[in-house]
Amino acid sequence: MSNRPVEHYVAPVDPADSNEVDRVKLGDRKSNLWIDAWRDLRRRPLFYISVAIVLVVSTAALFPNLFTDVPPNNNCLLANSNGGPEAGHPLGFTLQGCDVYSRMVFGASTSLSVGIFVVMITAVIGIPMGALAAYYGGWIDSLLSRVGDIFFAIPYFLAAVVVMSVLSQHRNVFVIALAIGGFAWASLARILRAEVLQVKNLEYVMASEAVGRSKFSTLLRHVLPNSLTPVIVYLTIALGAAITAEATLSFLGIGLPPSTMSWGNDIAQAQTSIRVAPMALFWPSLALTVTVLAFIMLGELIRDALDPKARANR
Amino acid sequence: MLMYVGRRLLQSVPVFFGTTFLIYFMVFSMPGDPVLALFGDKTPNPAVLAQVTAQYNLDRPFIVQYFLYLGNLFTGDLGVTFSGREVSEILSRALPITMKLVLMAVVIEFVLAVVVGLISGLRKGGILDNVNLVTALVLSSVPPFVALFVAQYFIGIKLAWAPVTVGANATWGAMLLPAIVIALTIFVTGMRLMRGSVIEAQSAEYVRTASAKGLTRRRIIPVHIARNSLIPVITNTAASFGGLLAGTTVTEGIFNIPGVGKVLFDAIRLGENATVVSFVTVLTILYVLVNILVDLLYAVLDPRIRYV
Repeated sequence: MSNRPVEHYVAPVDPADSNEVDRVKLGDRKSNLWIDAWRDLRRRPLFYISVAIVLVVSTAALFPNLFTDVPPNNNCLLANSNGGPEAGHPLGFTLQGCDVYSRMVFGASTSLSVGIFVVMITAVIGIPMGALAAYYGGWIDSLLSRVGDIFFAIPYFLAAVVVMSVLSQHRNVFVIALAIGGFAWASLARILRAEVLQVKNLEYVMASEAVGRSKFSTLLRHVLPNSLTPVIVYLTIALGAAITAEATLSFLGIGLPPSTMSWGNDIAQAQTSIRVAPMALFWPSLALTVTVLAFIMLGELIRDALDPKARANR
Repeated sequence: MLMYVGRRLLQSVPVFFGTTFLIYFMVFSMPGDPVLALFGDKTPNPAVLAQVTAQYNLDRPFIVQYFLYLGNLFTGDLGVTFSGREVSEILSRALPITMKLVLMAVVIEFVLAVVVGLISGLRKGGILDNVNLVTALVLSSVPPFVALFVAQYFIGIKLAWAPVTVGANATWGAMLLPAIVIALTIFVTGMRLMRGSVIEAQSAEYVRTASAKGLTRRRIIPVHIARNSLIPVITNTAASFGGLLAGTTVTEGIFNIPGVGKVLFDAIRLGENATVVSFVTVLTILYVLVNILVDLLYAVLDPRIRYV
C-alpha cells in the first residue's frame, strides 16, 4: 500500500445565488409582444410612409403657416374664380377665388381634430362598457351588452345624420365628433369585451386576485393592459374612418358650417363646378384620401405586427 | 333550428325597441318647436297652433308619443313627409331601386373578393399578393363620395362610357358604374377573409388527400380549396348588404338615382328634419332585420354552428 495521497476532485463552490439560477441570461435578445411587433414594423417600408404622412398632416394642422403664407379666407378675389395655377398659388383657385393650396393646408386641423375627438369619445365610452361587461359578467354584462347592441344596431352614419340635422344651430367640431363617436363606440365595446373574456381566465389574473388585489384593481392593472391590442388597432382605423365621416357629413351640408375650413366643405363647394374646374375638387379629395389611407394603413400594419398568426401568413 | 330562429328573433325585440326609442328620443329632446317651424316666419293663430300640436300628438307626454308612433309603424303608417306625401308610398317606389343597386354592388363585391382573395391566397407573400392587398386598402380608404366623383368625372364625363347620372328610369345598365364603384371601395374585407381561408385550406388535410389521390391543381383549386373557403366571404357579403341598404345616401345623391338614399339626400339638403327622421328610422329597422337574416344564414351555411 502506498501512502501516496489520492487525488480527489472537489467541485469549486458555485457563487451563484440559488435565486439567480432561474434568471434569463442578460445577453439574450429581449422579446415580448410589443418588442416583436416593433421589430416587425421597422422592417416595413409602408410603416415609414404612413408615419411620415401622419407627421406632415399633424404639422400642417398645428402650424399651417409653415407650409403657406397665403391666407385661406380673406384675399379671395372673385376675379380668380376657378382660376388655374399661377405664381404663389401652385394649385389654382376655388369657385370663390380662394387659394386651393392654402385651404388644403388650413383644412388639415379640422379633419385631424374631428378624428382625435371621435377617437377620444369612442375610447372613453367604449373601453369601460366593454371591459366592465366582460370582467364582471352576470347582470352587468347583460345590461351593458344590451345597451351596446342598441347603439350597434343603428348605422353610425345615419345616427350622425339625425344628430346633425337636429342640432343644425350648433354645428362645430365637438358636436360632429359627438355625433360620430356617440355611436361608433359600440363596435369598440364589442371587440374589447371579447378580448377581456379571454384574458380574464388566464393564470396571472387568478394569481393577482389570490394575492389579495381587489377585483377592480386587477382589471385596471393586469386585465386591461393585456387586452389593449385590438383596441389600439381599432382606434387607429377609426380615426381614419371618422375623418371620412366628417367630410361626408360636411359634403352633405350637415357637417361643419361653410365658414369652417374643412376638406369636406371644399369638396362640396367644388362639386358644383366639376365640369369646368375638376382640379379644385381633386386636391382636397387627395389630401383627404391620403390622410385617411395613412391612418388605416398604420392600423393594418400594427394589427399585422401584433398578430403572430398574421406574421406567419405573410 | 326552429328554436334558434325563435330565440334570435326574440333577442332582437329589445334591440328594435331600443333603436326606435333612441332615434325618437334624440329628435324630440332637441331644442326648437317643430310645430312653430312649420309656420316659418309667420306668427300662427293660437287655435291653429293648438290643433296642429294635437294632430301630431305633441301635447301628450313623450312616452305616449313614442308608443303612438310605434303603433302607427306596425300598422304600416310610417308618417308623412314635409310636403305631405306618405312615407310608405315613397318607400314602395324607392326601395326596389335601391335594392337593385345594392344587389348589383354586392354581387360585384362578392366576385371581386373571391377572385382576388383566391389569387392572393394561392401565392401568399408574392408580388401579386402584396399588390392586391395594397390596392384594396387604398381603394377602401378613398372616401366614397370622392371615389364616386372620380368615376363620374373620368368614366362618365371624360370617356363617356357610362351615363353621368342615372335619372328617373333606373335601369340595371345605368346603375352599373355606381355599383362597381361601391363594390371597389368595400371589397377589401371579403378579399382578406377569402385570402385567409385559402391559406388555411391549402395546408388542410383534405387538400393533401386530394392531391395524394392524384387530382390536378385545376380541380383541387376550384372544387376543394375555393369552395370550402367561401363561407366567411358569403356571410361578410350578406352583412355588407344590410350596411349598403342603409348607406346609399351619398351614392344615390351624386348619381341621381331615385332610391331611398336619394330621398334622404334631398331631405337632408333641404333641411326637412321630419322626413330625415322617418327615413332614418325605416332604414335602421331594415338594417336590423337584414342583420338578423344574416345571422340565420350563417347558421344555415356553417354546420359547425350549433342551433342552441
